[in-house]
Amino acid sequence: MILDVTVQGVQMLLVLFLAPLFTGFVRKVKARLLRRQGPPLIQPYRDLARLMRKDVVLAESASWLFRVIPYLIFAATWVAASLVPTFRTGLLFSWSADLIAIIALLGSARFFLALAGLDVGTSFGGIGSSREVMIASLAEPAMIMIVFTLALIAGSTQLSTMAAFMASSEVGLRVSLGLALIALMMVAIAENGRIPVDNPATHLELTMVHEAMVLEYSGRHLALNELSASLKLILYVSVIACLFAPWSLRPAGAELPALAVGISAYAGKLAVGGFLLALFETSIAKMRVFRVPEFLGAALMLGLLATLLRFVSRSF
Amino acid sequence: MTLAIVLGCSAVLLALGPVAVTLGCSAAARRLVYSASMVVSAVSLTAAITHLLRAGAPEITTLPVGVPWLGAHLRIDALAAFFLVVVDLGAMSASLFALGYARHETAPERVLPFYPAFLAAMTLVVLADDAFTYLLSWEFMSLTSWAMVMAHHRVAENMRAGYVYLVMASFGTLALLLAFGVLAGPDGLYAFAQMREAHPSSVLGALVLILALIGAGSKAGLVPLHVWLPLAHPAAPSHVSALMSGVMTKVAVYGFVRIVFDLAGGPAWWWSILVLAFAGVTTVMGVLYALMQHDLKRLLAYHTVENIGIIFIGLGLSLAFKAHGMQFAAALALTAALLHVFNHLLFKSILFFGAGAVLTATGERDMEHLGGLIHRMPQTAFVFLVGCVAISALPPLNGFVSEWLTLQAILLSPQIPSWGLKLLVPAVGALLALSAALAAACFVKVYGVTFLGRPRTPAVEAATETDVCSLAAMALLASLCLLAGILPGLFIDALAPVSSALIGAHMPAQSGSQWLSIVPIAASRSSYDGLLVFLFMIISGTLAAFAIHRLASDRLRRAPAWDCGYPDASPATQYSATSFAQPIRRVFGTVVFRAREQGFMPPPGDTRPARLMVELRDPVWDAIYAPIGVGVGVAADRLNRLQFLTIRQFLSLVFGALVILLLVLAIWT
Repeated sequence: MILDVTVQGVQMLLVLFLAPLFTGFVRKVKARLLRRQGPPLIQPYRDLARLMRKDVVLAESASWLFRVIPYLIFAATWVAASLVPTFRTGLLFSWSADLIAIIALLGSARFFLALAGLDVGTSFGGIGSSREVMIASLAEPAMIMIVFTLALIAGSTQLSTMAAFMASSEVGLRVSLGLALIALMMVAIAENGRIPVDNPATHLELTMVHEAMVLEYSGRHLALNELSASLKLILYVSVIACLFAPWSLRPAGAELPALAVGISAYAGKLAVGGFLLALFETSIAKMRVFRVPEFLGAALMLGLLATLLRFVSRSF
Repeated sequence: MTLAIVLGCSAVLLALGPVAVTLGCSAAARRLVYSASMVVSAVSLTAAITHLLRAGAPEITTLPVGVPWLGAHLRIDALAAFFLVVVDLGAMSASLFALGYARHETAPERVLPFYPAFLAAMTLVVLADDAFTYLLSWEFMSLTSWAMVMAHHRVAENMRAGYVYLVMASFGTLALLLAFGVLAGPDGLYAFAQMREAHPSSVLGALVLILALIGAGSKAGLVPLHVWLPLAHPAAPSHVSALMSGVMTKVAVYGFVRIVFDLAGGPAWWWSILVLAFAGVTTVMGVLYALMQHDLKRLLAYHTVENIGIIFIGLGLSLAFKAHGMQFAAALALTAALLHVFNHLLFKSILFFGAGAVLTATGERDMEHLGGLIHRMPQTAFVFLVGCVAISALPPLNGFVSEWLTLQAILLSPQIPSWGLKLLVPAVGALLALSAALAAACFVKVYGVTFLGRPRTPAVEAATETDVCSLAAMALLASLCLLAGILPGLFIDALAPVSSALIGAHMPAQSGSQWLSIVPIAASRSSYDGLLVFLFMIISGTLAAFAIHRLASDRLRRAPAWDCGYPDASPATQYSATSFAQPIRRVFGTVVFRAREQGFMPPPGDTRPARLMVELRDPVWDAIYAPIGVGVGVAADRLNRLQFLTIRQFLSLVFGALVILLLVLAIWT
């Protein structure tokens, strides 16, 4: 019991403290691939600390909701990220929200972020929000279809059970799994506002989505929003890792040395995931906004196809 | 006992209308009608809840009114008790809201006499236990609500709404009349108890399903029978809009469940295909229509169409499982549908009440003229936000729970052996997920444009907070939204007797599970705990706020908005409802509504403003109702000649008709 509580606590702190490092790692790899030196790995921590100490400059037309929203988004994202198994399955509270609920928690965070974009009453915030909800309106159903496929294979929507099943030898190679993996990666790119859907490194471009919504934020509020964005990125990588690369994921009741192996394996998976993301981002150009529906429509269709295959036959 | 109390309450409600008329519809009459309606609904609500929670045995009574040899059969069982809870809770909160809101009513004499009668009519539909009482109450419900839709009858829009509503209501009742006619058979067994015994043949059962789908579906707002709903619901005063959207559509759902699950006997496997196809189209079309609107109340009415689709998806899945003998899965799907009935009542009433409060404070229903109300009406803004989050199916509020249960039911459906369903159900699941995401987009738009941003007109600038009664009604429902979101197990357990009665099985009892979580099938399969999620969010949010304020900085100063260095002073430069929906209009609207945008940019030197015109076509109206309208016109022109016949021709026409009818009768028997 005490071990369970500790593991859950370690999990919560692990994702929280690794999230900025992971963002920094992706930035570093991208810079190196472009033959630039790049900022040091710990730069995101420095940014956060600096932003936290600064005054908040709040727009005159901002309401109380604008000030509460960063905390709401952070809470929803952190709770969601704490429930994804990273190094051990069977987390203490993993039964309190299944994968559908985790997706929906991220949906809540997005709902409030889009509201924040509209709160000050500027045109930049509005453009960000309206594009964000358009992207979400296709990414969310695609994600639900992916969850359906995986749940029908694993017989559960509970992430711990799904990960345990995926680690077992029963899974085998399946067409529907492959389709779901491709669709999941497309959704993850769109949800985190990465290239080719959105560019996390730009400001003041008409193509921007996420950065436009947080344009009016400053100081500690901006720091929380950045932290939530990093948490969301690490959450998606963890979901992909725990479902499609569940190796060295320790079962419930594992002892300390085994857990240490699990944690180092998790760090390895993050490194591989971050490298692949950076490689993908440097090798592709940003899309026009109205090409994004086609990109996500493809993800939705792949997800639907995978689900249909599972409905048609248990062997796909 | 319950039945007697509820009937007594209905009698009081029926008496209130004439009392209001004799008091001259004055302020005193207004207070009397609404406070009495509230108290009576509260009493009836208590009785219904008690009956449901105790899982009481059905109570039956026969009143000596109605058709002479039949009388009026009335019955309360678990299903009726549940829908009675829905009706009475809606009625109670609407009456409380109206105590404040109706002070601004300009034509009270057109609302007050009909309001209590409308409440009584909905109660009687739910209690009816024979076809005659059912249809009579149903028509009474339609007519009293129609009268209130026509309260402001000089507005041309409302006249059209009333006309379309009347035509569609008559059409729906005709379908129900035929459905009951088929169920009653040649022997004329009009009591429901006799219909249950009769077991119609498969062909007749199918006919009953189609007729019930048309009859109840037209009242509930299934696409393509929904056309009257977005016209009529916003035309009525806001508390009546809330009742029509939150409660009357649910009475129609009750009608469908009663006929199809209870009276029509065992379902055939393809019944569910019909229901699911209509439901899937309804969900997505409803929310897409809503996204294109900028009239606040009409948008909410279109959203009712979407939610009715979600409810019918649950009902369709339940029929599919029931037809294949999967009782537990059927119970899960039915519980999801009924829970959504209850949830939709809660949040849709909040939203319509909020729209009413905005309407009285600003005189505006058009979102393009609102904005920034969170500063002027902070309390209304808060409860409205709760409603928006709940209807967008976001945790930890209640809308998420029922959609989560529906998704869990979909995950059980690969076990269904029939191929049609195997292909249809995943598609319906995708439509459900799509509609949930679009609903969230729609309510970002509603809340962001109406309550956030800067005021767009002087009227909004001068708005003040609404009255205590209205706020109390919204706060009551908002707290129920939270309660149903974090303790859904209580509500699921309360629904167990309903699904036991209709399906013969119910979901496993939730009250004993760990930390009050809900476990539809087995803990290893799926579980959700709204309470814990809510607590975690509260704890981590406050922890973050505390740590940051304590350890880092808590200073704050106000400055003009940044907006990339070029903030525009005019509130007209904000994103409006139309511009917010533009990306979605471009993605979905060009296909569904043939949306076209035309820009007009004046040449340099021309001082006219630039304009953007958006043109949308309603596919349902164009494809179905416009041709019917033309057809009726042509037929009426042709038949017009009959007015100008001579007396001999008239007489021979009558004689000919008589001979043909007698011949038909002779051949038939």
